[in-house]
Amino acid sequence: MHGTFVDEPPAAADVRLDHLRALEAESIHIIREVVAEFERPVMLYSIGKDSSVLLRLAQKAFHPAPIPFPLLHIDTTYKFREMIEFRDRYAAEIGARLIVHTNDEAIADGTQPFAVGTQRCCGLLKTKALLDALQDGGFDAAFGGARRDEERSRAKERIFSLRDARGQWDPKRQRPELWHLLNSRIRPGESIRVFPLSNWTEIDVWHYIHAEQIPVVPLYFAKERLVIVRGNSLIVPEQPFVPLHKDERLELVKCRMRSLGCSPCTGAVRSDADTVPQIIEELVAARHSERQLRIIDHDQDGSMELKKREGYF
Amino acid sequence: MSGLLRICTAGSVDDGKSTLIGRLLYDSRGVYEDQVRSVRAASRNRTAGPIDFSLFTDGLRAEREQGITIDVAYRYFATARRKFILADTPGHEQYTRNMATGASTADVAILLVDARHGVREQTERHARIARLLGISTFVLAVNKMDLVDFDRAVFDRIHGEFARLVDGAAVHAIPLSALDGDNVIAPSARTPWFSGPSLLSYLESVELDRTSDNSAFRLPVQLVLRPTHDFRGYAGRIASGRIRAGDTITVWPSGLTTRIARIVTWDGDLDEAFAPMSVTLALEDEVDVSRGDVLARGPIHVSRRFAANVVWMDERPLDPGRPYLLKHTTRTVAAEVDRPLKLNDIGPITVTTATPIVFDGYRDNRTTGSFVLIDPSTNFTAGAGMIAHALDEQAESSNQTSASARIAQAARSAATDAEAAETVRLMLEEILT
Ligand SMILES: Nc1nc2c(ncn2[C@@H]2O[C@H](COP(=O)(O)OP(=O)(O)O)[C@@H](O)[C@H]2O)c(=O)[nH]1
Repeated sequence: MHGTFVDEPPAAADVRLDHLRALEAESIHIIREVVAEFERPVMLYSIGKDSSVLLRLAQKAFHPAPIPFPLLHIDTTYKFREMIEFRDRYAAEIGARLIVHTNDEAIADGTQPFAVGTQRCCGLLKTKALLDALQDGGFDAAFGGARRDEERSRAKERIFSLRDARGQWDPKRQRPELWHLLNSRIRPGESIRVFPLSNWTEIDVWHYIHAEQIPVVPLYFAKERLVIVRGNSLIVPEQPFVPLHKDERLELVKCRMRSLGCSPCTGAVRSDADTVPQIIEELVAARHSERQLRIIDHDQDGSMELKKREGYF
Repeated sequence: MSGLLRICTAGSVDDGKSTLIGRLLYDSRGVYEDQVRSVRAASRNRTAGPIDFSLFTDGLRAEREQGITIDVAYRYFATARRKFILADTPGHEQYTRNMATGASTADVAILLVDARHGVREQTERHARIARLLGISTFVLAVNKMDLVDFDRAVFDRIHGEFARLVDGAAVHAIPLSALDGDNVIAPSARTPWFSGPSLLSYLESVELDRTSDNSAFRLPVQLVLRPTHDFRGYAGRIASGRIRAGDTITVWPSGLTTRIARIVTWDGDLDEAFAPMSVTLALEDEVDVSRGDVLARGPIHVSRRFAANVVWMDERPLDPGRPYLLKHTTRTVAAEVDRPLKLNDIGPITVTTATPIVFDGYRDNRTTGSFVLIDPSTNFTAGAGMIAHALDEQAESSNQTSASARIAQAARSAATDAEAAETVRLMLEEILT
C-alpha cells in the first residue's frame, strides 16, 4: 500500500476544490438558517482572512439579493493601518453596511496593553466593546469567523453557540447539534454566536481565497518591513507606546502576518511567501499552530476558554 | 462529493482512541507535507519516537480525570486525496448523545476494541447507535495487537464477533497498534497475515454510499429571495438527487406542480445542480412557496402522524403529556408523542404534529427523514428522531387526549405555573400562524 503515496500527487489547489464546494454549501446553509430564524443578525467583521471568506459566503447565500444584515467591526484603535484602509475600501466596494464600534471611554482612560496588561486590554477593548455593540444594536445573532481547528476549546464549539444575556458562554448549556438541524430557540435577552466556518481549516480558508480570488489585507503577504525583533516575535511598531527594550533596534525583515489583530500584540513571521499559493505551501510545511504568534492566547493557561466564557468570540 | 469524508469514532475508555486519533492527525499531516513538497522529507521515523500521541487530542483525558464536561470534539486532517472531519465521541456517560451526534453526519464509523478484551457490551451499544443513525460502513479497529503478539487468531475471532453485531453493514477490520503505529498509516511488517490496507489508506479510498446521489430530488426551502419585483427565488440546500433547468417539480405540502426556470448562484446560472449544493431556484409559474415547503420530484410523504426512533438526550424525560417543538428540515411545528423516554433511551414512538410535515423515511433520506425535539420550556435540543414510516392520521387512538383537550388542561394550570403558560402560548401560536 505504499504505492498510495508515491503516486504523482495532484496539485494542491485541485484536490481541494470539491471538498471546498461541500464546505461552501454547508456554510451557506447555516447563514441562510440564521437569516430565516433570527430577527436581527449581524456579521462580525474582523478584516482578517476568515472574515473575508465569511463575507463572500454571505454574498453567495443571498444572491441576487444584497446581504441582509450589517457588518460590525470592533475597532480597538490599535489595528494595523492597512487593515482599516482595507476595511473601508472593501465594505464600500461591495455595498455592505458597516458599523464600527470602539470603547471610547477605555481609550480615553489610556487603555493599552503595556499600561494595563494584555488581558485587561482585550477585556475592555474587545470583549466589552463587542458586548456593548451587540446590545446597542439589539442583535440576537452574531456571525463570527472562528474555526474549530484553531484552538482546543473551540474543537467542541457548536455552530450555534448560545450566550446568556451577558454574552457569556457556558459549555454545559450548549445544545447537541445533529444532522444539519440548528436549534434557534432563545429566550429574551439571550443571543447566539454563529460559526459558519466551524468545519474549515486554515488551509481550506486559503485555498478558498485562492479559488475565489478574494481580496485580503496585504499584511498577509511577505515584504520587507521595519520590525522590532523580540525573541521569536517580530513586532511592527505602529503604536507610539510600544517600548523598545535595551539592545533592541528596528530591523528590516522580510515577513508577513499569519493572523491579523492589534499591532502591538500580533507578531509577524519571517517569510518569503508573497502569493496565496506560496502561503499555502508555507502553511503545509509549518509545524506551528496559527495562533502561536498571537500573544493573547498565551497569557494564561486555557485562556481562550476563559475569554469565551466572558463573552469574547 | 468524495473530497470530504466524515468519520465518527467510538470506543471504551482506555482502548486507545486518543492515541489512535493523535497518530492519525500527526502522521497524516506528515504524509500531506511529503506529498505537497515538504521541507522535511528526510530524517523521520514515524513509528519510533517517544511521542505521546494522545497529547495531540487535547484535554479529553484531563477532562475525564477532572470529571468536567465531556463532549464531542471535532478534528480535521487531510491528505492529498481527501479531507477528513472526525467527530471524536467519548465513550461513556453521555455516550448515547455524543455518539448519536457524531454519527448523525458521519459516512464511516471507526469502532475501537482492545485486542485483549474483544467485543464488549459497550462496543455493541456503539454499533447499534451507529447503525440506527444510518451508518453502513464500519472500521473495526482492533487495537493493542502488540499486547497479544499480533496473534491472527485473536483478530479473526474479534472480527467474527463484530460482523455478527452489524449484520448487513460493510465491516473493514484492521489489526492495529496505535501506540507503535502498526497499520495506522502504512502496513505493518508485524502482521504479514493481514493483506488489507492501512487505516489511513482505507479512509482515503473508501467509496461512499452514493444512494443520496441517485435518490429523488428534494430541496427544503430556507428562504424566499425577492430583491426586485421581477425576481423571486427559493433558496435552499439540495438534500438529495439532482435537478436541471426545465425539470418539473412539485411543491409540498400544497402539491402544486411547476418547472424549474433557473438555477441561480453567485457564480452564474447552472444547467444542473445536485446534493449537497446550496442554490436558489426560480420557478416558471407563480406558485405559492414559503419557508418550510419542500420542492421535490417523486413520491414523498405528507402527514401529521408517523412512527420514529428517538434518542432521548435530556435529563428531563420525554413526557407524552407535554407538547414539544419538532424541527424537521426548515419547518418547526408543535408535536406530541405517545410514550415516555428517559435520558439515553432509544425507542420507537409515535409522533403527532399540529400541522403536516413533508418527509421521507430516514432509511431513504437522512435529511428529510430526521428531526429534533426541542423542549419549549428550556429550549434544549432534547431528542433526535429518525422517521420510520408514516401512520394513518385518522387512527389516533381515542384514549389519547386531543391537542385541544391538552391545551385546555394546560391553560387550567397556567395561572400558577409560568411554564404551563408558555406551553399554552406556544400551542396557540402554532395554531394561529
Ligand atoms: N501497548 C499498547 N498500548 C496502547 C495502544 N494504544 C494505546 N495504548 C495505551 O493505552 C492507554 C490508553 O490509551 P488512550 O489513547 O489514552 O485511550 P482512550 O481512553 O481510549 O483515549 C495509554 O496508556 C496508551 O499508551 C497500543 O496499541 N498498544
